[in-house]
Amino acid sequence: MKSDIVLAGVGGQGILSIAATIGMAAVDKNLHLKQAEVHGMSQRGGDVQSHLRVSSKPIASDLIPRGKADIILSVEPMESLRYLPYLSKKGWLVTNTTPFVNIPNYPEMEEVMAKIAEQTNHIAIDAEKIAVEVATKRSSNIVMLGAASPFIDIEMSALEEGLRKIFERKSDAVVESNINALRAGRAATEVILASRN
Amino acid sequence: MQKLLLLGDEAIAQGAIDAGLSGVYAYPGTPSTEITEYIQDSRIAKERNIHRQWSSNEKTAMESALGMAYAGKRAMTCMKHVGLNVAADAFINAAITGVNGGFVVVAADDPSMHSSQNEQDSRVYGKFAMIPILEPVNQQEAYDMAYAAFEMSEKFNVPVMIRITTRLAHSRAGVVRKPLLEERELSLPKDPTQFVLLPAIARRNYKKLIETRPDLEKLSMESPYNSYADGSDRSMGIIACGIAHNYLMENFQERECNYPVLKLSQYPMPRKDIERMVSECDSILILEDGYPVIEELLKGYQEAGTPVKGRLDGTLPRDGELTPNIVANALGFPFEEGAPVPDLVVGRPPAMCKGCGHIDAYKALNIALEDYGPGRVFADIGCYTLGALPPYNAVNSCVDMGASITMAKGAADAGLTPAVAVIGDSTFTHSGMTGLLDVVSEGTPITIIVSDNYTTGMTGGQDSQALGHLEQIIAGIGVDPDHIRVFKPTAANLDEMVSIIKEEFDYPGVSVIIPRRQCIQTLRNKSLVLKVKELGL
Ligand SMILES: Cc1ncc(C[n+]2csc(CCOP(=O)(O)OP(=O)(O)O)c2C)c(N)n1
Ligand code: SF4
Repeated sequence: MKSDIVLAGVGGQGILSIAATIGMAAVDKNLHLKQAEVHGMSQRGGDVQSHLRVSSKPIASDLIPRGKADIILSVEPMESLRYLPYLSKKGWLVTNTTPFVNIPNYPEMEEVMAKIAEQTNHIAIDAEKIAVEVATKRSSNIVMLGAASPFIDIEMSALEEGLRKIFERKSDAVVESNINALRAGRAATEVILASRN
Repeated sequence: MQKLLLLGDEAIAQGAIDAGLSGVYAYPGTPSTEITEYIQDSRIAKERNIHRQWSSNEKTAMESALGMAYAGKRAMTCMKHVGLNVAADAFINAAITGVNGGFVVVAADDPSMHSSQNEQDSRVYGKFAMIPILEPVNQQEAYDMAYAAFEMSEKFNVPVMIRITTRLAHSRAGVVRKPLLEERELSLPKDPTQFVLLPAIARRNYKKLIETRPDLEKLSMESPYNSYADGSDRSMGIIACGIAHNYLMENFQERECNYPVLKLSQYPMPRKDIERMVSECDSILILEDGYPVIEELLKGYQEAGTPVKGRLDGTLPRDGELTPNIVANALGFPFEEGAPVPDLVVGRPPAMCKGCGHIDAYKALNIALEDYGPGRVFADIGCYTLGALPPYNAVNSCVDMGASITMAKGAADAGLTPAVAVIGDSTFTHSGMTGLLDVVSEGTPITIIVSDNYTTGMTGGQDSQALGHLEQIIAGIGVDPDHIRVFKPTAANLDEMVSIIKEEFDYPGVSVIIPRRQCIQTLRNKSLVLKVKELGL
């Protein structure tokens, strides 16, 4: 198997927890993994990205080549479009629809959504709404991981185990809430896929 | 053994700990910071009481580490590439003293300047100092090299440099550990004159350093990190340095590589491998994530000889980080990009956090300067540098750490008054203090704003050496206490701040203004909050 994922968002939106969860699952499954993070200015509201590569074979580059990503997983709609050059023709764009507006010139939402809808393979869900329903608002990043999970060749049980390992230091309730978020995200994508068939 | 998932930085830290490290000395700087932070959090480091506190700057860090190596223990110093400029005097001379305990210098370079003012290549420094350089290709190699470097340093009596770039420093992958070694015992150098660089002794030591050259080249030939993979297509040979080798191999996932490839991760260069490639191949492509260091060496100034391709002839861009795609272009491999970035996507420039004290200080400064006209604010390096961007547009220079005070001095000497320096607390103790002494010695009439947030904010909130004694230091250097003005930068205090700044503009001597409020990103750092309370700040 091979999954090349570009994670996208704005500083503080929790894309590194998504990476850590997949990373945990990959290590448990004895898969190879490379995850290039962008630190630095992230604290101050800049855009952040992480290249996450999981494979059953050894991985050469820490960076995903342009045109080769299987998934863009974005927790912010405009940010999902920033990395389009990386997405392969058959790849999936999976994004949250709630904008993070910390700049005066944020584009019109309708235009952003229209661009997302133009992509052949796309999933756009309101992760915050789902997170509030099944967990807490803070879990919307994990909702997005769930939404992308049908396109990642790692079983749900392994991702859930990953969440458990990452959040067990906090509390059982936090673990459960994140697992709920993960499942709800996946369900949302499954509904969308079913409606398109 | 279980694999740990580690950043390149963390792999170096773990490798050093496992090799019996007794002390790490460092000043924070992206992308090197996580090495020291990992050691600060390490259980083994706590149990062994490995030295792991931050130093005031890279030079004090380098010298302290050298002192520990003098005393026979294994020491490491870590810094970002520009930090090595600050520590260069100690660094170059440490190659002349040699070591007793193993001494490892980690330099983290930042090609593409993700968070730096330049993209200098530390391999040039390593070559300048004439010491071995290790350049890991991946996290496992970063671990292995840190583990092995101390012994190499002891055996050849030289500091050893590990050079990484941002991409490896901040990328995570699985790492397998080796057995944990004991720390070394306290011991004095066998020759009591070894570290005394009087000319007669320095000349002797330098000759010894020159004499190790052939041994170090031989070591590179036998290095497990260098390898020569022969190929049937000798129209071109490829030299891939450090992480560039990954980008090369990424392009040969679905095709076979028939070119001879030299993977180069240990310097000085393995001469025989280079000679072989030059004699067997019609041309050579050189991939380096940094300056064209090797390329320049091989190309020389004569057109004769094997053609060399790389950054200098346009095969690769002259500047910036390498990527798999850039390397694909150099190889002439076509690739299909995804869709272009839509025009509607706009940038999100980094900005100071909402509610940051620096913002209030700048607002006041901008108002106070209205009567004097633009072009007078010499800033420094830290979060407050972002005051250069709109809507503040409050800053006219940012060059290197400490340069605010001294540049303001030079400009004032030239007649630009008032001239203002803006510097953070950590930067002030890093390298602002000596400049302040120059200003005080001459009574240069400048206004210095030390924007104090109790921390090293830009790099993630590390300890600041200024905490608790900033005014004492400033008064100790000789600033008149009547012109050391402390206030809390808030919106409510705006008028008061403006009038204080204006008063100090009118004073024809040295003034230091300290707007003081805790960095809001550190408000959850319990030990800092407690310390601030204890100090009554
Ligand atoms: C020689 C050198 N070392 C380290 C750095 C990395 N660096 C940039 S800003 C900064 C700290 C600034 O702290 P401070 O002056 O307190 O300002 P703050 O960010 O807290 O506002 C550091 C360590 C650098 N740019 N140059
Ligand atoms: S991290 Fe701290 S010092 Fe830096 S901008 Fe934010 S609040 Fe200000």
